[in-house]
Amino acid sequence: MSVTATRRTPPESSGSRVGRPGAVWTLPALLFFGVFAVLPMGLVGYLSLTAWDGLGSPSFVGARNWERLLGDPVMHQAMGLSVALTTLSWLVQTPISLLLGVWASGPQRNRAILSAIFFVPLLLSTAAIAILWRALLQPDFGPLGRLGAFPDLLGGSTTAFLVIVFVTAWQFIPLHTLLYQGGARQIPVSLYQAAEIDGASRFGAFWHITLPQLRNTITTSSVLMVVGTLTYFETVLILTGGGPGTATTIVPYLMYESGFEGWEMGYASAVACTLVVVATAVSLAMVRFTGFGAMRSTREGM
Amino acid sequence: MTTLRTGAAGALAVTLATALTACGGGDDSQMQVWMYQDSLAVVQKDAVERFNEDSEIEAVVNEVPGDSYEDRVRTVMGSNDQPDVFFNWGAGNIRPYVDEEILLPLDDLMESEPEFADSFIPSIMEAAEIDGTQYGVPLRGTQPVLLFYNEAVFEDVGVEPPETWEDLLGLVDTFTEEGITPFALGGSETWTMQMWLQYLVDREGGAEVFNRIEAGDPEGWRDPAMLRAAEHVSELVDRGAFGDNFASVSFTEGAASTLLSEGEAAMHLMGSWEYSTHLDQAPDFAENDLGYAPFPEMPEGEGDPANVTGNPTNYFSVTADSEYTEEATEFLQMTDDDAYVQDMVDNGEVPTTTDAEEYLDDSPNPEFATFQYELVQNAPHFQLSWDQALEPEVSTAMLNEIERLFTEQITPEEFVELMAEKP
Repeated sequence: MSVTATRRTPPESSGSRVGRPGAVWTLPALLFFGVFAVLPMGLVGYLSLTAWDGLGSPSFVGARNWERLLGDPVMHQAMGLSVALTTLSWLVQTPISLLLGVWASGPQRNRAILSAIFFVPLLLSTAAIAILWRALLQPDFGPLGRLGAFPDLLGGSTTAFLVIVFVTAWQFIPLHTLLYQGGARQIPVSLYQAAEIDGASRFGAFWHITLPQLRNTITTSSVLMVVGTLTYFETVLILTGGGPGTATTIVPYLMYESGFEGWEMGYASAVACTLVVVATAVSLAMVRFTGFGAMRSTREGM
Repeated sequence: MTTLRTGAAGALAVTLATALTACGGGDDSQMQVWMYQDSLAVVQKDAVERFNEDSEIEAVVNEVPGDSYEDRVRTVMGSNDQPDVFFNWGAGNIRPYVDEEILLPLDDLMESEPEFADSFIPSIMEAAEIDGTQYGVPLRGTQPVLLFYNEAVFEDVGVEPPETWEDLLGLVDTFTEEGITPFALGGSETWTMQMWLQYLVDREGGAEVFNRIEAGDPEGWRDPAMLRAAEHVSELVDRGAFGDNFASVSFTEGAASTLLSEGEAAMHLMGSWEYSTHLDQAPDFAENDLGYAPFPEMPEGEGDPANVTGNPTNYFSVTADSEYTEEATEFLQMTDDDAYVQDMVDNGEVPTTTDAEEYLDDSPNPEFATFQYELVQNAPHFQLSWDQALEPEVSTAMLNEIERLFTEQITPEEFVELMAEKP
């Protein structure tokens, strides 16, 4: 332990010339980020102040798109749906992936085999998953429908929404399980051995050692989950097309629909700006309030 | 050392920039003809082959998958990669391009080749006329929406296809009692539901109701005929006319047509291409048991029962910036050639040329072809599908509200109000 500790602090005298490459090395990354992220974002901000149908040149209309955004019942509904989808997804995915991840981190061979099978959805593309589930759930010709009378889940407003929650969970739980598995394997065995000597139960060890030790993993996984769900889009497009009616039109889908079906690029840009601001704010807030940004070690005192 | 690093970074930046500008594509040495990809496009591909035999330039057909056709065209039209000739639906579908002066006016062609101009049914030419100028030439057969039915199912139950609205409601009850879905409806695509509403509005109030909306007057949605039509929709849904699962049934994936051919549904309101769909998927059924009828009369309605709705046809338009406008107009004139018309008829289409009747005997199903031809020829008004007649920002919102009406998320009154108040 002591050897690594001394190596970690670099000797002050040898100067920073050796350790840090010149600023010019960041140029490609900066250029890439600038051209593909900052510039488009700036353009979208400008477009949100214009009316543009994708042909000809945008014409400046001031805050008209933003006024419409504030009064648009579909946008209000979309905001509500996005919040509900994010919350529900987090509530469903976090406990399941945490428990599965901790379980899968055990050394037993059967666990390794089962987790390998369980991670299969990770290998499928989102589009394939959505098409697969839509075919499965088709009430007349789907395999479930052939077995007997099967309710038209994608045809009802609430059920269609729940199907989306379920399918995203099915798709993403393996990824988060993987995160938790990695996190749980990092926990030093000595902690559990100490707890065992102190007479802690298995549940007690989970509650007092595993959970606190996984704090940073929970934050990472939650930020990925929340921001991912806020900007999630493909499953909705393929599974429900925002429908029935507008029952599953979440904010990213509304953006797509007004942009690439209605060809109102100005309005779609206003929706996009809202999404960028909200998603950034939420992830910043999460990182801040969980103390993740400070990167406090979970091994203090060890 | 530093110079080497800067050099490497610089080289990378240059490579990146070249890669970016090198994007895009399209070959300028060929005349690009964009087609909607489906089984009917062989006619246009053959035409391009014949064109290439006599022409100094080479034309190529670019078949774009149907699902994304409109998006692709719209995107490419905003770029420098425009096709020279492209397939479209006329009316609201090309109006945005006309407004941006992207399309070549075809009035010169019409004036210099009067014989060509007069070879098409006038009401069909009209749908590609924007503010008095011709921008498109018919390229396909006509596609009216018809009421298809399963003759075997009708025989088993012992009923006749509906002639009036009363008949239709009676049939809904009869089939529901028999445990058969009265109408197949591919509700996962909204345009299938739109077909019902556009016929009902036409039967209730005539062509004027939608003409007013198309002219840009949102008050047109408050027309009493619109409300009555929306109420008919509600009534049908309430009575179970479309079964319980229609919201998840897809037309493009074949589910709706399969329900009809397997006898799980008795009728299907669909464009005339339903016939070729069955000929492809269930040939036995198409030849023996597929019946067809016009949309029933509405005895108290103001609309002419002879009116039809659907797609009068599809059109070829030419882009104004094309290097090959001359060759493209030459190409357009092939669409009334004997060989072209014959090709369409052999493929089961009903051409929109005035002399098409002479060819119909060669059709794989002359009876069906003649039925369609006469229906269209005798129709005082051929209503173009609403979502193609209106500009995209209105039609997108409209399709959503129609879906909400069918899935009972809004009442007929709310439907009318919501549509009238769209920005």
